[in-house]
Amino acid sequence: MTSREIRLDHKIIYSVVDRGAKVLDLGCGEGDLLYILARDKKVIAQGIEMDDRAIQECVKKGLSVFHDDIMSGLSEYPDNSFDFVILNQSMEEVKNVDTVIREALRIGTKAIVGFPNFAYIKSRWMMFFKGRAPVTKSLPYSWFDTPNVRFLSITDFREFCSEKDIRIVEAYYLGAKRVLRFLPNLFALNAVFVLTRWDA
Amino acid sequence: MAKEKNKNLSNRVGIVETKYYTFAGPGNELRLESGDILGPITLAYETYGRLNRDRSNAVLVCHALSGDAHAAGVHEGQDNPGWWDEMIGPGKAFDTDRYFIIASNVIAGCKGSTGPSSINPATGRSYAMDFPFITISDMVNAQKHLVDHLGIKRILCVAGGSMGGMQVLQWVASYPEMVRSAMPIATTKKHSPQQIAFNETARQAIMSDPAWRDGDYYEIGQPERGLAVARMIGHITFMSDQSMEEKFSRRLKKGRLNFNFDPEFEVEGYLHYRGSNFVKRFDANSYLYLTKALDYFDLSGDRLIPQGKKIDTRFLVISFKSDWLYPPSQSQEIIRLLKRRNMDATYCELKSTYGHDAFLVEIEEQTTLIKHFLDKTQNGYMVADYYDIS
Repeated sequence: MTSREIRLDHKIIYSVVDRGAKVLDLGCGEGDLLYILARDKKVIAQGIEMDDRAIQECVKKGLSVFHDDIMSGLSEYPDNSFDFVILNQSMEEVKNVDTVIREALRIGTKAIVGFPNFAYIKSRWMMFFKGRAPVTKSLPYSWFDTPNVRFLSITDFREFCSEKDIRIVEAYYLGAKRVLRFLPNLFALNAVFVLTRWDA
Repeated sequence: MAKEKNKNLSNRVGIVETKYYTFAGPGNELRLESGDILGPITLAYETYGRLNRDRSNAVLVCHALSGDAHAAGVHEGQDNPGWWDEMIGPGKAFDTDRYFIIASNVIAGCKGSTGPSSINPATGRSYAMDFPFITISDMVNAQKHLVDHLGIKRILCVAGGSMGGMQVLQWVASYPEMVRSAMPIATTKKHSPQQIAFNETARQAIMSDPAWRDGDYYEIGQPERGLAVARMIGHITFMSDQSMEEKFSRRLKKGRLNFNFDPEFEVEGYLHYRGSNFVKRFDANSYLYLTKALDYFDLSGDRLIPQGKKIDTRFLVISFKSDWLYPPSQSQEIIRLLKRRNMDATYCELKSTYGHDAFLVEIEEQTTLIKHFLDKTQNGYMVADYYDIS
């Protein structure tokens, strides 16, 4: 195995998750994030993933993972089974986001939600001046092959949380190489939100 | 073809020998789930690899309905490899350079362990229908004696497919503190009415053969026709619609229709061949008792892992997409329970067209899963220089 650069969103989630925590990663892919959490932060890691090739990669890394889709995989878990439930870069592919986030906050004390920001300035540029569906670094697909079924902005997500009575513990806005503070809805490629229930 | 391939493999276990362990002598008989007692009991078993100094590298491999203790390698002077030979050996899924593999035959079988064809010490004749009813839990209790005898306190992993997978689950239910990890493959935690129905049809095929003689046939010869039909039914359920299409399609044995009741289609010939081969190596009464054991199997509710009980067994559950005898939905049932109990578990439904047979023939993907799962169970996360954390 060669050493490789860790992704910015993974770095942020890595810093948010407490050492030794119980973590569930929804749509964990090949398990890159869970692997570093398990190895270096000694978290108790569990993934859920649909793709069987990706599952093999997870098992190679010593991770525990369920072959399942995100939605049907959650209802069996008792309340507060995990300290953190991660939904990073997989919400765009979920049919019923509302339910998944509600479930994530039921079975986890905190939820970490990461997604590409559709209101990123280059997306706006492509739409407004070129009249094209945006293709950016965080949304790299063309309209005909994208797995994403929904497009949202940071502002949209904040509004969603306030409507659904979800508490935003922290929000991180990501540029190409570093965390941003200035006008995130315009300049951020990705966002990572840490959420919890008001009664948690 | 499989044999040809095996001969060329250098990473074989080599020559192996079946061993026997006898226990439950007079006064110490095994108390069975039915309330009956059985003893003395002999278990046939084989071992591969070496037990390490702290006896922490033992893997128990459990066989399916018609399997035996011969899971890997070859017997002296013979060339038929064990039933999971492609999975057990140096560098294989169950790596004999690292693990001590135990393959144990089940009680009620006919492959060297005590079963209906064994001599009943009370009468000096074969048990036949005097043999007590056996459950999967009884099989596991007998294996527990063997594991104790080998001086193993904690098993690194109990693994098996089909009926073997039921033994795996039963091990967790009966002796959770002894099982560090469990690998139930292509199996269920309770036998369904459809599965019971197939088994009852197989049993009726045997019992309606006049040669069965209420099980009392050992001096005359066994009910071959009935047992062959039972096995033919089995083989239909082990394959999938697609694998049968690929293997036989509608091909004819003689290239044309003969308008008679001899086997005309290749699929008929295959089933006849399988049936008549089987009667040479398997006892009809064992088939009756073992299918009953399958049908009695039910670890639903709190029986597998009681609520509130803390156990730290890790699970690797594997199913196969085209397996309609023990379909993925039954493995998902197991997974749902493991989630409710907050267990550390991995589940993978492998794409295969081989039906239930897949657990014996889909080697590559199972090997990846099993190898790394065992490695993690034994060693934890490898501290590899994989990422830079800054």
